Amino acid sequence: MPSLVYVEHHEGEPVKGSLGVLAKAAQLDGDVAAVLLGSGVEGLAERVGRHGAARVFVADDPALEAPLPQPRVDVLAKLVESEGFDTVLFGASVLAADVAAGLAARLDAGLNWDLVDLELVDGKLVGKRPALGDSVIVDVGWKGEPRLALVRSGTFEPVESGGGAEVSKVPVEIQDWSQQAVMVEQAHEESEGPSIEDADVIVAGGRGLGQAENFSLVEELAKALGGAVAATRAVVDAGWYPYATQVGQTGKTVAPKLYIACGISGAIQHKVGMQGSGTIVAINKDPNAPIFEYSDLAVVGDVHQIVPKLTELVREKRGA
Amino acid sequence: MKVAVCVKEVPDPSAPKRIDPQTFRLDRSVAGALNDFDTHALEEGLRVKEETGAGEVVAVLMGPERAGDSVRKALAIGADRAVHLADEALAGSDLVATSKALAKALEREGADLVLFGQQAADSDGAVLWAAVADRLQLPVVSQAASLEIADGKARVKRQTEYGYDVIEASLPCVVAVSDAINEPRYPSLKGIMGAKKKPQETVSVADLGLAADDVGEAGSRTEVYALGEPESRGDRIKIEDEGGNAAEKIVEYLAGKKLI
Ligand SMILES: Cc1cc2nc3c(=O)[nH]c(=O)nc-3n(C[C@H](O)[C@H](O)[C@H](O)COP(=O)(O)OP(=O)(O)OC[C@H]3O[C@@H](n4cnc5c(N)ncnc54)[C@H](O)[C@@H]3O)c2cc1C
Ligand SMILES: Nc1ncnc2c1ncn2[C@@H]1O[C@H](COP(=O)(O)O)[C@@H](O)[C@H]1O
Repeated sequence: MPSLVYVEHHEGEPVKGSLGVLAKAAQLDGDVAAVLLGSGVEGLAERVGRHGAARVFVADDPALEAPLPQPRVDVLAKLVESEGFDTVLFGASVLAADVAAGLAARLDAGLNWDLVDLELVDGKLVGKRPALGDSVIVDVGWKGEPRLALVRSGTFEPVESGGGAEVSKVPVEIQDWSQQAVMVEQAHEESEGPSIEDADVIVAGGRGLGQAENFSLVEELAKALGGAVAATRAVVDAGWYPYATQVGQTGKTVAPKLYIACGISGAIQHKVGMQGSGTIVAINKDPNAPIFEYSDLAVVGDVHQIVPKLTELVREKRGA
Repeated sequence: MKVAVCVKEVPDPSAPKRIDPQTFRLDRSVAGALNDFDTHALEEGLRVKEETGAGEVVAVLMGPERAGDSVRKALAIGADRAVHLADEALAGSDLVATSKALAKALEREGADLVLFGQQAADSDGAVLWAAVADRLQLPVVSQAASLEIADGKARVKRQTEYGYDVIEASLPCVVAVSDAINEPRYPSLKGIMGAKKKPQETVSVADLGLAADDVGEAGSRTEVYALGEPESRGDRIKIEDEGGNAAEKIVEYLAGKKLI
């Protein structure tokens, strides 16, 4: 199973998720190659080699500088065809998802996403995919090759196995239409805003709060509990709360002792950022909200009624 | 501006969902509903049309005949016209097959802007747009938290793992929008009444110039082998806020666990 792992990088570092997938691929079968696409990324090849890749392909070109998917699809499609890879694995990210799906269409290849494990069963690759709000696990596979897979973020840990890799350069040829999306302003790590990763208690607010001003309810409760405030992407995108407080796939990963979710539906992309929390309490007015599937205490009710009262009771209890 | 909006019918979010243990497909015998995430794409399409002052919004849906209700809902909300890809042969289509059929339908439309929702609530794939864009050979931008159309370009603010990027793509292009990009309008009574009179086209696989085995299960490259139970988080407790005593119960629970 000659397989290829797409290794994403950010500000000169290979991302952890990609190295984790690389470790898993190496464990399934030693014959694993990695590919780095970008501008000025050749220097990362050695690092990648130490994390399980026997071969590292490097596509280094200014056209690959911006983290945009389509130029990457062009290069990968040629590489997969010329080297005959039968499997291409990606650690999920906004960029990787768009690259993987574009590649699937280009190569008419099967893509399974959101995998939380990969196994070889009698030589056949099988992926584990949670579905329906993680209430079932589906064993998925591929008809024909190449087989493409996106692994849920945070699934596999990188392993530094040492060793060197054979490094080869990949020719870069970009299609016209792939250059018509242009990066105007690229995000940089936000340093502003409170740090929530070390908090023991997190009170998180979602769109169920109704409006930005109502975040004060969550802030008051967090203050009473001596905790930090977090938010969902929906409210961050809407400008209600700063990005630095976002929990989830494209935000922070947190694992406090107590996580109280207020007016949050509990999408998978939110869950991956907080499922490691010790105790999860969710307040939501919809009894079928997905978040209740993974809450220790599910409270069906209105945040506007419950949260202020809860704050008051906590204050009394803690004598503050 | 001609805008095409891809919308899907998904099982009603308020109905319990299950996967048929025989076919491994989602049991779609429960009531269906227009995918909530796609109402944001539709709203954005209507906004763009209204701002540019002219053009049309076409809703494109691939799904069984019974998804006609969702097609009508899209029209009731404000789409000017709808294209419904309905064909037995489409059943069981995965990403590769779905993108093939949708791309063919979109090719016929030749829209200036093709919009997608953030994800289908039943598959959570959040990937289809990139496959469709590749087949259409059009630029694509996803996770749009805001969208501006000016000077023949779409300007998108997108969220990634590192914050917000600003990307510009020349029209025609494909954009997938986040569920925070706007507040979708509800269908008005007038909209609901008017929906029946709006043009609605049902399209078969043959109409798209595809063979039956290009799509559906035959045209798919992924398969499902088995269903299993995930590890459970242990004992879960559910309480209702009866008589307004939920706050007390939460405090009791937290005190019991020595969390306060
Ligand atoms: C690639 C990708 C990456 C993503 N990354 C992230 C991420 O990092 N973090 C993240 O959070 N999301 C992320 N998302 C978005 C995610 O899919 C959801 O859209 C988002 O988490 C929803 O936020 P929400 O729960 O605040 O809003 P909604 O889904 O709108 O939920 C609001 C909830 O509030 C409840 N409610 C309403 N009124 C009340 C009331 N008065 N009292 C009590 N409850 C009430 C409703 O029943 C509902 O369940 C990502 C999506 C994609 C596609
Ligand atoms: N059957 C379909 N017909 C039309 N549009 C679809 C269909 N399935 C998915 N979409 C669109 O693709 C988006 C992403 O879907 P997915 O990648 O399946 O999560 C949805 O929000 C819709 O805009």
